[in-house]
Amino acid sequence: MATQDVPVARARPLALSRLANVAVIRDYGVVVAFVALFITLSLTSPAFFTWANMKNLAFQTAPVGIIAAGGTLVFIGGGFDLSVGAVSGFAAIIAGKAFLHTGIGLWGSLIVGALAGLGCGIGNGILVTVGRVNAFIATLATSIIIYGFAQVITGGNLVSVQAERFATLGLGTVWGVNYPVFVWAAFALVCGFLLARTIFGRYTYAAGGNPEAARLSGVRVGTIRTATFAMSGLGAGIAGVILFSEVGTAQWNANSGIEFDAITAIVLGGTSLLGGEGAIWRTVLGAFFLQMIGNGFDLLGTTPQWQYVIKGVILATAVSLDAWARRSRT
Amino acid sequence: MSSEPPEAHVELRQVSKHFGGVQALAGIDLPIGRGSIHALVGENGAGKSTLGKIIAGVLRQDSGDLIVDGRRTAYRSPRDAIADGTTIITQEPTLVPHRSVLENVFLGAESSVVGVIERRKMARRYRALVEQTGIELPPRALARSLSVADQQKVEILRAIARDTRLIVMDEPTSALTRDEGEKLFALVRGLRDRGATIVYVSHFLDEVLALADTVTVLRDGRLVRTGAADSETPDRLVSAMLGRRLDLTFPEKEPPAAEAPVVLSVRSLSRPPAVRDVSLQIRAGEIVGLAGLIGSGRSEVARAIFGADRAVGEIEVEGRGVRLRSPRQAIDHGVVMIPEDRKSQGLLMLRSIVDNITLPHLDDVSKAGILSRRSERRRVREATARLDVRAKSTNAPVNTLSGGNQQKVLFAKWLFRPPRVFIADEPTRGIDVGAKMAIYELIHSLAKQGIGVLLISSEHEEILGLAHRVLVMRNGSVVAEFDQETMNEDVLLHAAFATAQDKVA
Repeated sequence: MATQDVPVARARPLALSRLANVAVIRDYGVVVAFVALFITLSLTSPAFFTWANMKNLAFQTAPVGIIAAGGTLVFIGGGFDLSVGAVSGFAAIIAGKAFLHTGIGLWGSLIVGALAGLGCGIGNGILVTVGRVNAFIATLATSIIIYGFAQVITGGNLVSVQAERFATLGLGTVWGVNYPVFVWAAFALVCGFLLARTIFGRYTYAAGGNPEAARLSGVRVGTIRTATFAMSGLGAGIAGVILFSEVGTAQWNANSGIEFDAITAIVLGGTSLLGGEGAIWRTVLGAFFLQMIGNGFDLLGTTPQWQYVIKGVILATAVSLDAWARRSRT
Repeated sequence: MSSEPPEAHVELRQVSKHFGGVQALAGIDLPIGRGSIHALVGENGAGKSTLGKIIAGVLRQDSGDLIVDGRRTAYRSPRDAIADGTTIITQEPTLVPHRSVLENVFLGAESSVVGVIERRKMARRYRALVEQTGIELPPRALARSLSVADQQKVEILRAIARDTRLIVMDEPTSALTRDEGEKLFALVRGLRDRGATIVYVSHFLDEVLALADTVTVLRDGRLVRTGAADSETPDRLVSAMLGRRLDLTFPEKEPPAAEAPVVLSVRSLSRPPAVRDVSLQIRAGEIVGLAGLIGSGRSEVARAIFGADRAVGEIEVEGRGVRLRSPRQAIDHGVVMIPEDRKSQGLLMLRSIVDNITLPHLDDVSKAGILSRRSERRRVREATARLDVRAKSTNAPVNTLSGGNQQKVLFAKWLFRPPRVFIADEPTRGIDVGAKMAIYELIHSLAKQGIGVLLISSEHEEILGLAHRVLVMRNGSVVAEFDQETMNEDVLLHAAFATAQDKVA
């Protein structure tokens, strides 16, 4: 396009075409898998492809989807966030305490809860960049700390909110679709826009893909990575207050384990664990795919325990494909 | 071995090797005598390390034969070579740092009964090794607690424990003090006297002449000559390394105007031990070459100026004192750098040409942090057309481009917004001749536009062909300066190697 078309890699086309297969499977595997599962479920269960089930599917996926969207930024920036389960529980507790003990009202409390998540994310980012702690260990450590604080604040008890209107965020609907689905859509769009259209997004890909080259190009890698952790914390905070609003109770360990669902969704989507590659739409598909497996088991009435085996096998396969695709490109 | 061993321990026949478009070794024929110390010398990039690594199975030749003990070999890994009695020892010891000397020595060759280590038997073997080699090291000391010199001794013990009969040593003294070096030499001679063959790769000519029985000089991947060490002198060796490559042509030099202002002034730049008290000035339109051996501190000077590494010293850009503490600050002051290694430091290999070129300049193609992709793409197309970057599309990931085009992308990246000072560290490494000449034209045209250029290259003909002035570095300091009249390959090499004409204390 820029100049005349000239074959540039003379000696390599053969090798490249052979290796491309692995890369293509990895790049578009999530689309193929998603479509295949969708069609299979539509054909085998009359209850699957219905408006009610689709609505329900999106509603169930929303919290994990929101967390995974923020987590995708962290992954692309070369980090890893294990603390989102703890952070989302903590955000719910803060929101509950704020609602019960201050006069800031329903929406104010929910916003304060989400901002508590943001604060935790910034803390993670600083620990990883300034403190130079490996991201996996850093967020494991902050998880433990945050769980601890949550217990201290609640004395280990449930935080229970009886007001009916407190459930507005979690259970309210527009055209029959629950609010969380719209929140997820909005958050995913914001993250996607940041990645694809802004300076911050470019810097995130650069910081994750080759931090040294990014630094030598004038990118403040530490600041960018911290910002990705902040977004992940914010996502966890939002998901936390949504889940809280749905049930009206918050507990320090209410959401533990959700981090693994989020990480699974990100990786299934094809965003690389090693940073520098990935996209939000992938994570959205990955989250749907994961939820569809559970949904399918329910609808088909098969032994639900098997879904964990299936999810684990699919996750391992996805990571293995990623590794093979990477190896063939360097 | 039942039959009489052949005279040559190793014989290379027509061995060739290339990396990308660069011929690293071309048709090397060389016998290496059993029980001798055989040194390989040459300039940076002459192919001496490559040859050593082929002998040790670290690299594999593209064509030609490696014959060991009279048998053709086909090593696929260092492991195969070890099984054949050949081990390589490099300047960076490869020990398990948290384990003891004894464990490291017998790593992979432990005495054991059904997997259980026989401590006493290993201690006995260790004592036997100590007697055999004369290397005394406390067997229980942790490897990481040892000096580099002692770590190398552990590697030598390990080599002997594996029944090694040929040791390739690649620049073994570069991390050692003079005293430690002397001890290593005594050890190496001892190994030879016990019948081992040593292939010794080094660019320290004095030590090579003191140690080796035979010396082979390489130049541009070709064998210049092989001879007895006692018939050589440092000057004769340097002369053998000389020789301009004929296949390169350079643009006509245009010296900067006499009144051209100084664009970059560096005073007393230090980052011990790599950089010691370096001062230099570059005028608008001037190309200053920075020569010296690999490891002499050239890249470290460039990185310190660019703010990539912390350093002390004063820097002025266009007469104004500046503090360049990060690449961002340097870029904002118009100082840019093409780093030494384009894959690990220069490019985002999986991202597109567009993403790579605009990465430092996103402010120019965005509003309030939001990219205007149309203007970005238009300006990138202009830049790639100007530099003749050849690719199917500006959206192509850079890992699909040839080395020469990758390098042009790097140039386009730093010329996107015209700089005042352009630092190029090994700008033509690993690219073919045609692309090299395009880069030469480019550097020449930058100077013509009034940009000050600092050119680092291991290829002396490049520096001689392009630079208006040359500084030579050795051990972190600038040891010589030559202008247009005084520069030639002979004086550069002598200054870089510190031989007769330019001895420093």
